[in-house]
Amino acid sequence: MNQITINGAPYVVADDELKLSLLEYLRERRFLTGTKNGCEKGLCGSCTVIVDGKALRSCRTPVEKAIGKSVVTIEGMEGPGGEPHPIQKAFMDAGAIQCGFCTPGMVMSAYALLLRDPDPSRDDIRKALKGNLCRCTGYQQIVDAVSLAAKVMREQALPVEAGCLRKR
Amino acid sequence: MRPNVAFRNDARAKVTGRATYADDISIAGMLYAAPVYADYVSARDLVVDSSEALASPGCVRVITAADVPGTASFGQIEKDYPILCSGRVRSYGDVCALVVAETRAAAKAAAALVKVTATPVKPVLTIDEALEPGAPVVPSYGDTNVVTHHRLRHGDPEPAFDGCELVLEEEFTTQAIEHAYMEPETAVCVPRSDGVVEVYGSMQHPFSTRRFVAALLGEPLSNVEVYTISVGGGFGGKDDTAAAVCARAALAARLTGRPVKLRYDREWSFRESYKRHPYRMRYKVGVSSEGRVLAVKATMHADSGAYLSVTPWVTWRSTAQCFGPYVVDDIHADVYGVATNNVFTGAMRGFGAPQVNFAVEQLMDMAAHELKIHPLGMRRINMVKQDSVTVTGQRLDGHVVSMEDVMNRVVHEIGYRKKYEHCSFGKPADEGSDELYGIGLAISYRGASLGAEGMDFCSCIINGQYDGSILLETGIHENGQGSESAMTLILADELGVDLGRVRYKRSSTSSIPDSGTTVATRGTVMGGSAVVVAAGQYRELLSRHLADRLRCRPEDVTFHDDKIWGLNYEYSLTWEEAMRELFLQRVTPYAFGTFQAPPVSWDDTTGQGDAYFTYVYSCQAVELTVDRKTGKIRLLNVVAGHDIGKAVNRALLLGQVYGGVTQGVGMALMEDFAYEDGKPACENFDKYLLPRATDLPEMTGVIIENHDPNSLTGAKGIGEPALELIAPAIANAVFNATGVRCRDLPIRLRPEDLA
Repeated sequence: MNQITINGAPYVVADDELKLSLLEYLRERRFLTGTKNGCEKGLCGSCTVIVDGKALRSCRTPVEKAIGKSVVTIEGMEGPGGEPHPIQKAFMDAGAIQCGFCTPGMVMSAYALLLRDPDPSRDDIRKALKGNLCRCTGYQQIVDAVSLAAKVMREQALPVEAGCLRKR
Repeated sequence: MRPNVAFRNDARAKVTGRATYADDISIAGMLYAAPVYADYVSARDLVVDSSEALASPGCVRVITAADVPGTASFGQIEKDYPILCSGRVRSYGDVCALVVAETRAAAKAAAALVKVTATPVKPVLTIDEALEPGAPVVPSYGDTNVVTHHRLRHGDPEPAFDGCELVLEEEFTTQAIEHAYMEPETAVCVPRSDGVVEVYGSMQHPFSTRRFVAALLGEPLSNVEVYTISVGGGFGGKDDTAAAVCARAALAARLTGRPVKLRYDREWSFRESYKRHPYRMRYKVGVSSEGRVLAVKATMHADSGAYLSVTPWVTWRSTAQCFGPYVVDDIHADVYGVATNNVFTGAMRGFGAPQVNFAVEQLMDMAAHELKIHPLGMRRINMVKQDSVTVTGQRLDGHVVSMEDVMNRVVHEIGYRKKYEHCSFGKPADEGSDELYGIGLAISYRGASLGAEGMDFCSCIINGQYDGSILLETGIHENGQGSESAMTLILADELGVDLGRVRYKRSSTSSIPDSGTTVATRGTVMGGSAVVVAAGQYRELLSRHLADRLRCRPEDVTFHDDKIWGLNYEYSLTWEEAMRELFLQRVTPYAFGTFQAPPVSWDDTTGQGDAYFTYVYSCQAVELTVDRKTGKIRLLNVVAGHDIGKAVNRALLLGQVYGGVTQGVGMALMEDFAYEDGKPACENFDKYLLPRATDLPEMTGVIIENHDPNSLTGAKGIGEPALELIAPAIANAVFNATGVRCRDLPIRLRPEDLA
């Protein structure tokens, strides 16, 4: 049986779904439309999700590659009580959001960075977000947001882990 | 009362992935559509054979121009843009059919089976080819490829050149630019049981979209309802093409009686959507020995591509602002729009100003360099000051002319004077180093809102609820810039209420009157002013009906601290109490306000008049290094200063500045929508390069606030000023680093240029 874990919940992937891209599967079959389709060629990063702790372009990842793995999408970031993840809160507070189309991918890339490095420099943040295009913000307030999130999580000893992984 | 962090009414929705963009909508029974391209750059006698496509599995219908009940071509000025083309093909982006199928995959598979044949016509691919006598005529209207010509006649430059110490004759070119909004065009259209077609689209202008849809359907505007949903960026680019995408989906929904989704691939978006106008600008500039610009003659040609779109308006702005923020007594300009078979060009953030500024702000530095005058002094001598008369003959006396102050603030913030002394001018500071250093700057003024280009008015509805909550809507559209948040803040200030009391209503073209398009840096000035008008009426209504309860005269009622107060703060009402009182008096707490832009004027024959009712003053400076071996340019620092009148929402204002600068950096150094034989050379972000997080330095925004009396909030705007002058600042810095003058965009330095 082809099982996949999405935001902490198990799903069975039908045989005819295995060849879909993970992006298509998430958006069209699971109706998790927070993950965005900006180019479908792995160039813009809007479709970034986390698979077993690593940021991946879901548009270039076939579902079958994610079988048996744990996928976290933007929908899985909020905490058990529905409170925004510190990264999400920081994006809101720092003015890092304009049109919002790149935002879910940015948040997921930032999450992958902060999972492996709780105290990144601004340069580290820029490098980690290099694969995510944003046409609105000029990135500066996004870098501010990730920096702020890291600081808040360090200072308040908040778990980095996505909300969905803490629910169960 | 105000949060000390950024305020966005849609921040939570967007950061959690819950914000609904067009492609996020699914409706039971929905069909999927895909476009069929005519696949020629220029051709006639187009024949579309859809028999094989119709037989393919899942295909429901193939729609061509023959199925259009209304008009198959439309446009904002000239109705020449084919939503579905027939007969003549004028560009590689032309769409000749729409395939509708049960699934997206089936639609794309069937679209590939539609056979298109035509007789090729020699394409016109450059401005020069288009101007050649006997060149094939591209436009469907008229008999020439010159589609527009604006003149500006202010004094007489020819005799004045004789008395000049320096006469520069220079040519500059700028490139086509892709808007590259992160969300490609998408539409979901739903035929409603009452006969209305609902449109949920990734488009920038609901009212423009509605005109396109109604035209294609051949139905009245009232039959089409375009809703506001989240839009993934526009930058001027989601008008004509995005509206055509909505119109095609609406037609498919009409003809099939089912909901239809048309979601664009990035490749289709690149192929079909309009671009920024490439310009070729020839300037003759005469300067006195003290550095005063005495005479200017400018001739510009803009590539309009295959369709007119807003070329006459874009080139009009280039005319009105043809020599930057400088006073020139003797200046003539001729600005032409020229049709070619390239993908058409239209509105893009900056709208005819970034191109002109790229030339003018380099000319100022070139003249200063030749005359050995400091670039700042050169600008100071010539720039507009209070009560100056512009090149269009407009006296700048209706607002604070802060050009000099804005430049000084930026110069101070970046430390321009000292750093200018350290520029390399081609010689590295250290022997053995290949790093060349330069600092450069540019200044501009920008007419806010439409100016004499169009009818300029906007409306606002305040719909108070009996529990004390307030619904707000304006005719300004949220594209990501934060207009809804700005309007919410303005209303909260006007009524003295907590932000949480105001909900910006999701509006539609059927809920608020047409307030024009959200373009031209007019959202905050026009929408905000409409909010102030409506809020005034709303306060007046409430004062009249609450004065008795507050034991005072209506004129003594005040609104602050989330309450409504009588004289001397003796009596007050909460909004809940106030609304209960209005209910008991059977009064509807409702206000509708409109704001009409202050008067402007224009004489087409002379190019003289009061072009805009106010101006935004800007200065941007940049530091960079150039590697002498590789020609690689690295930005070190950017400072951007803008007099925007009043900051309504500071964090979002800075976001506009950073984002605008970044798009300008792309224009300066990276982006180039090139063609190969009339076909776009790039179709996705692998070849069309946008600035990424690692390409940019830290930026500093300097906000200058001189409240503008022409705007009821005092605010002007920032969207376009932020973008329009970093490219010449970079070009000037590159010269100051290398001694090489770059007259063509994007700037590309080859090692041999630096040898």
